[in-house]
Amino acid sequence: MEITTRGLWTLIHGMGFGALYLLAGSGALVLLHLRFSTEAQMNVSHRGDRFFGIYLAVMAALGWLTVLTGTYIVYPWYRAAAPAGTANLAGFPRALLLSNPATRQWHSVGMEWKEHVAWLVPIAITMAAAIAIKYGRGLRFHPQLRSALHVFLVTSLVAAGIAGFFGAMLDKNARVEGGQTIHLIQGGKL
Amino acid sequence: MSLQTARVEEDSTAIPKSTVIPNGSGAAAILSAGIGSFAVALFTIVADKSAYAKNLFVLYKPTGPLSGVTAAAILLWLAVWATLEWRWRKRAVALSRINIIAFVLLGLSLLLTFPVADLF
Repeated sequence: MEITTRGLWTLIHGMGFGALYLLAGSGALVLLHLRFSTEAQMNVSHRGDRFFGIYLAVMAALGWLTVLTGTYIVYPWYRAAAPAGTANLAGFPRALLLSNPATRQWHSVGMEWKEHVAWLVPIAITMAAAIAIKYGRGLRFHPQLRSALHVFLVTSLVAAGIAGFFGAMLDKNARVEGGQTIHLIQGGKL
Repeated sequence: MSLQTARVEEDSTAIPKSTVIPNGSGAAAILSAGIGSFAVALFTIVADKSAYAKNLFVLYKPTGPLSGVTAAAILLWLAVWATLEWRWRKRAVALSRINIIAFVLLGLSLLLTFPVADLF
């Protein structure tokens, strides 16, 4: 069982940071609802307030790590130009997708949308984390701030979902592979 | 007095309403996030439509114009945030209007990052 360094970084970017962000996002929505619904407000604790701020800050860190690893580590491998006359485009995912009319739009629509829309995520979640940390328990007195948290959080999840979906489909159609091979488990002879 | 009641009383009096932080800081964060998100979409379109801008946005060659588009949007977002925070941090502002503007900008940025021209 083995994986290439490029494959490993793609995994860290998508299945690691990205998927964790999506998982954490649904949790954040539940937390936001539970902490600030009318009935729940009487039972909130200081520790819970701190936890909510830290939770969103961790999500912000995941959001930044996802876009930074995606943009500056995986994307250059994805968009690397194939030398003229290259017959096997397996190591050049973008060129591979564009070489076939059936897969062309995975790049021209999928990647083009993904690479930009994903950047809305860290902006939205950093704002939400900053507000949660700054206002803490005081958020209960600011329903409009809470509405904004809701809207930005949901939008960040939608954006992350779009990026995640296209990331998975792009990886299915043209994998980012190459670099050193890492042997995870040494296989025996069959 | 039960433990549960004691906790409720303690927590419900933890922040007297008179010492609540004004909404200015939150408004600054919300509006700047809307502007920053919209900037991502706007710079994407500019880089797509102008070859000159596209070259200008190439800050890191392996990533291409995406590096400049996102870096410029992030810098603009942080600059707007810092400016608004400095101006609004001690004020109460009309948050409903700011929310609407920020939500519209956020919605537009979701839509405008979609590469319509590449669909056909």
